[in-house]
Amino acid sequence: MVTIKKNRLGLMGGAAVAALAFAGTAMADIGDNESLVVNGEIEMVIETDPPEHLQGVFDRIYSGWVFRSDETQAMQADDFENPGMIFADQAREAFDTVMGSEGNSCATCHENPESLADVRSTYPVWDEEHGTVQTVELQVNECMTERMGAEPYGYDSQEMRNMSALISSVGRGRIINVAMDGPAQETWEQGREIYYTRYGLLELSCANCHEQNYGNNIRADHLSQGQINAFPAYRLRNAQLNSVHGRFRGCIRDTRAETFAVGSPEFVALELYVATRGNGLTVEGPSIRN
Amino acid sequence: MKRHTLLAAILTMAATTLNADVIAPSDVVMNEYGDISESLTGEGGNPERGIEVMTDRGLGNCIACHQVTALEEFQFHGEVGPSLDGVGSRWDAAALRGIVVNAKNAFPDSVMPSFYRVDGFIRPGDGYTGRAIEGPISPILSAQDVEDIVAYLQTLTD
Ligand code: HEC
Ligand code: HEC
Ligand code: HEC
Repeated sequence: MVTIKKNRLGLMGGAAVAALAFAGTAMADIGDNESLVVNGEIEMVIETDPPEHLQGVFDRIYSGWVFRSDETQAMQADDFENPGMIFADQAREAFDTVMGSEGNSCATCHENPESLADVRSTYPVWDEEHGTVQTVELQVNECMTERMGAEPYGYDSQEMRNMSALISSVGRGRIINVAMDGPAQETWEQGREIYYTRYGLLELSCANCHEQNYGNNIRADHLSQGQINAFPAYRLRNAQLNSVHGRFRGCIRDTRAETFAVGSPEFVALELYVATRGNGLTVEGPSIRN
Repeated sequence: MKRHTLLAAILTMAATTLNADVIAPSDVVMNEYGDISESLTGEGGNPERGIEVMTDRGLGNCIACHQVTALEEFQFHGEVGPSLDGVGSRWDAAALRGIVVNAKNAFPDSVMPSFYRVDGFIRPGDGYTGRAIEGPISPILSAQDVEDIVAYLQTLTD
């Protein structure tokens, strides 16, 4: 047994090599010349070169779509098969409905949802007037409370997830290009800090699973890079739309940690950071996930 | 009368969990490699029960990250860590105990959780509720769980 101790370092190397070898095998499942064209017309970038700040971390970045089963992938390729689109259509009605004391609907000021097509690919974004980074959800609530005299939607409410699905859906196919510099930089750095922090009794960071182990299985789940370009996501497991912050909360909860709240400054910062990890992919929401 | 029996029952339970021979997480002694030579319960573990602890999601959930050929009847083995096949030939009991108690000693910065530790956590939660833990933190596994796992891992020889 003494020899084992002398060889400890060598054995550690062995374990690391074994883990890498596994990663190698699993990696063969991804990027095997698949392509995603929605409705036969919206071409998605499902893998591409990493943004500059991730060079040396990833060789390629991948949409979560790549890691899903053939059946799940197919559902996302056709709006008639995609239940997430039903919710986007519900929001289309809300968009034209007068809400609040000012007699306005969203359409009073934003001609139609399509006029917001550039939103999803550029959010979260620094809001000069409020001096904070805003997510799509915060921006919608800003319009409701400050321009319509309406009660805000709950951050993770059905109405808000529907509206977020609508705003994504009209921006599908646009290249994600979220800014991380200028006034947003401090928030971005806070998000990065959270991304690499090992929370909870299991002491697992986002990076432990989605950066070090994408392509590997953890129990029954095939780990993706944890990108948010495809949100909101309709999950077959709970048969509803899931928001970005809802997903973050689930992932942190599963490390046996105290999560942050949806809509919290911490999750806004994390969303900004994670969004920039997907710069170069395309907007896919509402997507289908298991 | 009823109250007394209940109290007596609680006291007996407390007596078994606070077994004087059990080494508490904070009292565990490791050598420079992270090996722990003394059994945490003062006794050998039960390898059969080790299987249960390793495969139960609420306990060790080891197969979430590790493939084990001998446990193939249990579904869904992960690939985050190396296969544990032959692990009993690679490590002795003290080293295996050390890895399960706190893998970060043997493998610095390891992704593997520390199963018998109670401090140093960031935002520890109450199980899988997402809420903060109230009161003192219990280790993920009990001393008995750890010993049962160590006993099982030793059977995984080449
Ligand atoms: C009274 C006019 C008005 C109404 C009504 C209104 N908005 Fe706005 N909205 C604006 C203005 C002005 C801006 C730009 C403000 C800014 O840049 O901060 C804006 C910005 C936005 C943006 C971000 C656009 C971008 O390019 O960054 C979104 C998304 C949005 N609104 C959604 C909605 C939705 C959804 C509703 C209905 C619930 C709504 N708005 C109702 C005036 C309105
Ligand atoms: C214990 C491993 C683990 C940790 C830690 C973890 N996740 Fe996840 N996450 C998963 C699994 C499993 C899934 C579902 C499969 C997949 O897409 O990877 C998932 C899915 C996601 C998705 C959905 C991706 C998609 O395309 O549908 C996002 C986004 C995500 N995680 C972000 C995060 C963030 C941010 C953190 C850190 C706060 C985090 N995760 C921490 C395991 C983890
Ligand atoms: C979150 C993933 C994860 C979980 C859960 C996990 N491990 Fe590990 N384990 C690893 C990784 C990764 C390594 C490789 C060491 C390293 O370099 O970090 C490892 C290494 C080991 C080793 C050394 C293997 C060798 O051949 O050198 C043993 C033994 C081990 N784990 C046992 C267990 C047991 C027993 C459990 C359950 C109580 C468990 N692991 C749970 C990730 C995990």
